[in-house]
Amino acid sequence: MRAVVTVTGTDRKGVIASVSGFLAEHGANIEDVSQTILGDQFAMIMMVNIAEGGETFSELCEKIASLGREIGMNIRLQHAAIFDAMHTI
Amino acid sequence: MLNENQVLETIEMVEKEHLDIRTVTMGVSLLPCIRADAKATARAVYDRVMRQAEGLVPTVLALSREYGIPIVNKRVSVTPVSLVTAAFPQESALVGQALDRAAHALGIDFLGGYSALVHKGTADYEAAFLATIPEVLAGTERLCASVNVGSSRSGINIDAVRKMGELIKETAERTGAACGIGCAKLVVFCNAVEDNPFMAGAFHGVGEADTVINVGVSGPGVVQHALSYCPDADLTDAAEVIKRTAFKITRAGQLIAREAAERLGARFGIVDLSLAPTPARGDSVAHILEELGLSVVGCHGTTAALAMLNDAVKKGGVMASSRVGGLSGAFIPVSEDIGMIEAAESGKISLEKLEAMTSVCSVGLDMIAIPGDTPATTIAAMIADEAAIGMINNKTTAVRVIPVPGKGVGETVEFGGLLGRAPILPVHSGDASKFIGRGGLIPAPIHSFKN
Repeated sequence: MRAVVTVTGTDRKGVIASVSGFLAEHGANIEDVSQTILGDQFAMIMMVNIAEGGETFSELCEKIASLGREIGMNIRLQHAAIFDAMHTI
Repeated sequence: MLNENQVLETIEMVEKEHLDIRTVTMGVSLLPCIRADAKATARAVYDRVMRQAEGLVPTVLALSREYGIPIVNKRVSVTPVSLVTAAFPQESALVGQALDRAAHALGIDFLGGYSALVHKGTADYEAAFLATIPEVLAGTERLCASVNVGSSRSGINIDAVRKMGELIKETAERTGAACGIGCAKLVVFCNAVEDNPFMAGAFHGVGEADTVINVGVSGPGVVQHALSYCPDADLTDAAEVIKRTAFKITRAGQLIAREAAERLGARFGIVDLSLAPTPARGDSVAHILEELGLSVVGCHGTTAALAMLNDAVKKGGVMASSRVGGLSGAFIPVSEDIGMIEAAESGKISLEKLEAMTSVCSVGLDMIAIPGDTPATTIAAMIADEAAIGMINNKTTAVRVIPVPGKGVGETVEFGGLLGRAPILPVHSGDASKFIGRGGLIPAPIHSFKN
């Protein structure tokens, strides 16, 4: 299934490594990445494809949010459908 | 393909502008629960609600996590209880208590449907049911009651209106220790809708399917924010901005409603396109009106601004959802909207202005605290006025007022949580008791005969 990962917060070392490592471990393929740093603010958006069959999507959302708390960033994993619904007809 | 701005816009709406799904409400028919006596019926009602809505809270929590959008309330609405207890109406309280127990066990915040539909006349069993409302509301916590006293097709049942004035007073007195909070769970309607997901007026109509999911969207903060980007736009362009924003909000609601219905094995009912405020700053319908250029909500121009807002919300929302229903419009509950609270505290908004506003928005006089010594006939007359606006304009109107025992104009009452706080507004001191005392039925208007 398609999902969107967004990472925001104050820039620090190793953010991309932690997030992409987590995604690889959990069977998610990164299909597109966009990343900017404005001043000291870091913002990254990833389009990912998550293989079926592992843990539930809901569990994965919780785990990636707690990874965010560990590394001091705000990380969200959301169904791509919410963005499609709101922005495309 | 999604672009960056679209992703960030959605996240900003949720995190900074209070975008949320206000409620996922499961409608459950209680008609299969009617048994020979009250006890057996109450047991069947409890079992059925528990069975049908068992997965509601966990499913909604999972949806909220997966889509990254807060879903504030999980609720259940049921068939009007007066129909279920018609053979033993004096014992309706047993069913009301069973529903309240189910609401606690399910972990939902409100359950609506302790209701009666008496718009064309009050049957004996309905009169006996109505009399149980104050006691039941005083003895339960999460149960909500509503009574439909008029419709455009049938006119207004003034006998029922008079009765509701008395029952509102009695409910306030029975819950006097908590500032009359029972009245916050009691709505009197004209043209009540059968698929409303919002409380306290939700019930599951008899024309509905067995189990249905209705979703109420929200997002006054998002609309206000969008308008703040175009401070000099003319009103045509401002209405366009509201429409586009309502479209996006509703699409989120539609997605959640469809997904919730599928996961819960229920039918997708409707999306209610309402802008529902909360007492939090940045989540106010009044502030949208002020963003449009009013110095304070309640001043001249407020009715026009609200009419435009209400219409633009509907136009944007209708395009975004396959099935629209409920109340769909802008809510103006006084105690639940920080902009309304502040205007009322500074004396800038009156009951008369609120009444005018209800002729162009989706509901009526909502969550308004009035002096505890207001006569029952005056409350009944307020209900009659609102019902008349609804009847003539073919729209839903409602009255949810709280005559706060022992308090008067200038004092404030604190309900807490989403119910907020309300300064007590003055009511007109003139006497309508002779008018209300006449009783009978105000006939349906001529333009209602459409067959």
